[in-house]
Amino acid sequence: MTGEASVAAGSTIDALGQFELHPVLGHLGEALRFSQSPLFMLIAVAIVLVFLYVGMRPAAVVPGRLQAAAEISYDFVHDLAVSTIGENGATFFPFVFAIFFFILAGNYLGLLPFSFTYTSHIAVTFGLAIMVFVISILASIRFQGVGFLKHFLPAGTPVWLAPLLVPIELISFLSRPVSLSIRLFANMVAGHVLLEVFAGFTIMLAGLGAFGHVLAIAPIAINVALTALELLVGVLQAYVFAILTCIYLREAVAH
Amino acid sequence: MYRTPRLFLFAAPLAAVPGRAVAAGMPQLNFHDPLLIGQVVWGAVIFGGFYLGLSRFALPRVERVLTNRRTRIQSDLDVARKAKAEADRASAELLSARHEAAEQARAHVERIQSEARANADAHAAETAKRLETEIANAETRITQSREQALSSLSEIATSTAQDLVSRLIGTQDEQSVASAVKRVSA
Repeated sequence: MTGEASVAAGSTIDALGQFELHPVLGHLGEALRFSQSPLFMLIAVAIVLVFLYVGMRPAAVVPGRLQAAAEISYDFVHDLAVSTIGENGATFFPFVFAIFFFILAGNYLGLLPFSFTYTSHIAVTFGLAIMVFVISILASIRFQGVGFLKHFLPAGTPVWLAPLLVPIELISFLSRPVSLSIRLFANMVAGHVLLEVFAGFTIMLAGLGAFGHVLAIAPIAINVALTALELLVGVLQAYVFAILTCIYLREAVAH
Repeated sequence: MYRTPRLFLFAAPLAAVPGRAVAAGMPQLNFHDPLLIGQVVWGAVIFGGFYLGLSRFALPRVERVLTNRRTRIQSDLDVARKAKAEADRASAELLSARHEAAEQARAHVERIQSEARANADAHAAETAKRLETEIANAETRITQSREQALSSLSEIATSTAQDLVSRLIGTQDEQSVASAVKRVSA
């Protein structure tokens, strides 16, 4: 199936082939189930860590450009975590930082040609969302005990409404990881499919001769604009994921 | 806002390529692929490592630099504030010293002036007193000389009258002439 779908079709556009997983490092990768997705996760993580390491190496009182960038990323996520979660925000700050930059680096790395967008895989985004979900439940138990269950029946509600409200609250609570993961996954898939489709249009138009060569400029221009849009979407989705994580954690630590 | 056209365009290639793409489906949903689950396990490991690297090394380093800067700026501000307070105090001292010196100088000038005035007054008073006594002396002297002159006037008048009488009548009665002169002049 892998080989079949990856064939670049001349007359059709294979928009989904880019999401296929292939083992890297030959048989070793196959044995370790190591595809290009974890490879790009490693690259993304390495880029972020190297950025922070090299940026903060001068440790100057008056920062240079790279150090200022590293400090701004720190301050940005720190302010986000502390202002949203509250006084316990500093505890969860490294986690929120890791989430934000794992997604941001994945989104941006995927925009480079010949790269792979691991955030376009529902398994990855759902894994991240489930992690946030489990951690927020653990934080609820840690900070509020079993009493956090009373959030499923908002204070001041008549008791006879409980059979109706508790299932609703429960469903909305359980749908959090689903909406969190699908939002990121769908945005990334949609953006990359669009890029692929318009790139395919360019190739198809180029096959029409001189006239097609001129027309083929249009999808290229659209792809340039789409790339700019994807740069916006990439940071926006990382921010949305991070701020929703913060909001869930605030509910978990609130008394 | 942009999602509606995007979803439409997302659906477009699926409709445009009915054969293979739909049959193959989305690779993300092919849960039989061991690589799909493999990436989740690898992702968990990599994310865990990322989290540890951030929370143990990378982020505390940034935190340290930011804290250092904050304390450095704070201490610099404190030093500057202290220096300013000292400068203010020195300037206030200088001002008060100058004020004091001016006051002293003014008092000095005033004292010298009043002393000079008092000296002049005393001198004038002394002179006036001396002049007054001199005037008084002169007046008594004048009075004395007038009285002297007046008292010698009757003598002169008597002797002149005696001379006249003796010349006129050849004899003279000194007693009667003198009493006559006295009678006239009285």
